[in-house]
Amino acid sequence: MITSVIKEKKNSKGMQDKIKQNSIKLESENVGVFYGHKKVLQNVTMRIQANTVTALIGPSGCGKSTYLRLFNRMNDYIDNFRKEGDVIIDGNEIYKKGIEIEELRKTVGMVFQKPNPFPKSIYENVAYGLRIQGINKKSALDEIVEKSIKQAALWDEVKDDLKKNALTLSGGQQQRLCIARTLAVQPSVILMDEPASALDPISTARIEDLIYELKQNYTILIVTHNMQQAGRVSDHTGFFYLGELVEFGDTRQIFTNPKSEKTESYISGRFG
Amino acid sequence: MLKAKEYIIEKGLLLCALITALTTIGIILVLTIEAITFFKEISLVDFLTDTQWTPLYSEKHFGVLPLLAGTFLTTVIAILVALPIGMGIAIYLSEYAPKSFRKTIKPLLELLAAVPTVVYGFFALMVVTPFLQKIIPGLSGFNALSAGIVMGVMIIPFISSMSEDALHAVPKSLREAAYGMGSTRLQTVFKVTIPSASSGITASAILAISRAIGETMIVAIAAGQMPGLTFNPIKPVQTITAYIVQVSSGDVPFGSLEHSTIFATGISLFVLTFILNSISFWVSKKYHRQYE
Repeated sequence: MITSVIKEKKNSKGMQDKIKQNSIKLESENVGVFYGHKKVLQNVTMRIQANTVTALIGPSGCGKSTYLRLFNRMNDYIDNFRKEGDVIIDGNEIYKKGIEIEELRKTVGMVFQKPNPFPKSIYENVAYGLRIQGINKKSALDEIVEKSIKQAALWDEVKDDLKKNALTLSGGQQQRLCIARTLAVQPSVILMDEPASALDPISTARIEDLIYELKQNYTILIVTHNMQQAGRVSDHTGFFYLGELVEFGDTRQIFTNPKSEKTESYISGRFG
Repeated sequence: MLKAKEYIIEKGLLLCALITALTTIGIILVLTIEAITFFKEISLVDFLTDTQWTPLYSEKHFGVLPLLAGTFLTTVIAILVALPIGMGIAIYLSEYAPKSFRKTIKPLLELLAAVPTVVYGFFALMVVTPFLQKIIPGLSGFNALSAGIVMGVMIIPFISSMSEDALHAVPKSLREAAYGMGSTRLQTVFKVTIPSASSGITASAILAISRAIGETMIVAIAAGQMPGLTFNPIKPVQTITAYIVQVSSGDVPFGSLEHSTIFATGISLFVLTFILNSISFWVSKKYHRQYE
């Protein structure tokens, strides 16, 4: 079911454009999240199109990271986590019985705030996701590792020392390696939780270019504190405040002509 | 007045530190000086290559190998017992057990290390050996096997506690990365968490080995006093430590060559554990640097 969109895309070129414009990849329907008795998200309804970048913005503690982590069920590890409403990917409610979390996460990749490569070689970091799926054939691994690192725009910097420990790379390189590692599993959705917040401006610019490139093949959801970054990389923006989705729309519209006063004062830097 | 008080306390604390440092230096000095008198009569080559250890008999041989073999044998058995059990406990506590269970069970486990070793020794001799004799027919009353097994039980907390700390110290972000790519819990534990904590786990194992090598009471009581170049676990053996106990509690005249053997064997033991502790220290330091 999850791959049905991809299959259709291959059928006809005309369909492809239509799907790109219209198909809904991710949905949430009146979603609320509780940690124990505390309600951290309420009534969030959002529809996200395939092959777009959607930025989630808002002050700290507004629930945007929690919302992001709903889509790969990363909140499941938090004690007393409970959600209401529906979270839907490719038409399937992902919290219903019978959904394999491990399979879901192969479709929905994630890049974290702090670069978190494994203390293994560069090569093994990227091969990890394949090895846990039982792919150990060297030729297959070599090919996907190279392709993924190239996609993450890191190949030229590391191609001669793939055996080197990943922790010897700079922060920006480590984060691109983490992106390569995610791509190797061949997901269709990538969740990014402030992927550039721990990086210097040059590394940040490279990550942003990369996000723009990846849009061709992936649906990207990105949490960011950086307004300029949201403006630069995203097609749509959602503004969260105190656990509610205040406004959701075209990035340009949100930044130039926000409907809500709260959105306007947050974007112009009056709070947050 | 206040100044004087501060001065006295400060010097008092310094004295405490000096006493421990000086004691260590004193022990090393005594061991070395006494060992030198021994090695003036017995060549180091004989000491390290002769295959018999019979300094208390009329036909004297001074080969340390049988004692080393006894130490080695009991230690290997202990590690074979302690490593799988200790690691199993560490993995369960760190990765699977609920927090409240972990909090209660960890101190209880560490109690194992608080049992007096003489109790362990008698436990090996009076309970474990008779029990094993029912299963293994040719088992001697004194043997390396029961001493090793009981010593293994004794060092379990060394391995479980330190390894658990090492596993627990692996950043949450690494686990999340593994889960995020579709790893199961078991895959995360064995492919990410344990490899990331490997130096801490190694350090704990080395420290446990070092503790087993230095253990005295259990082997002196349950392993026997028959130095022999054997790796047969059902036979009696004698470890370096057990030999030292035998000589120092026996009626060997003070200052004789026989008496000085305990310093030669003592310094061998010291060198062995010192090397192991240094490796353990170096490995765990390296691992702390990794995540800073």
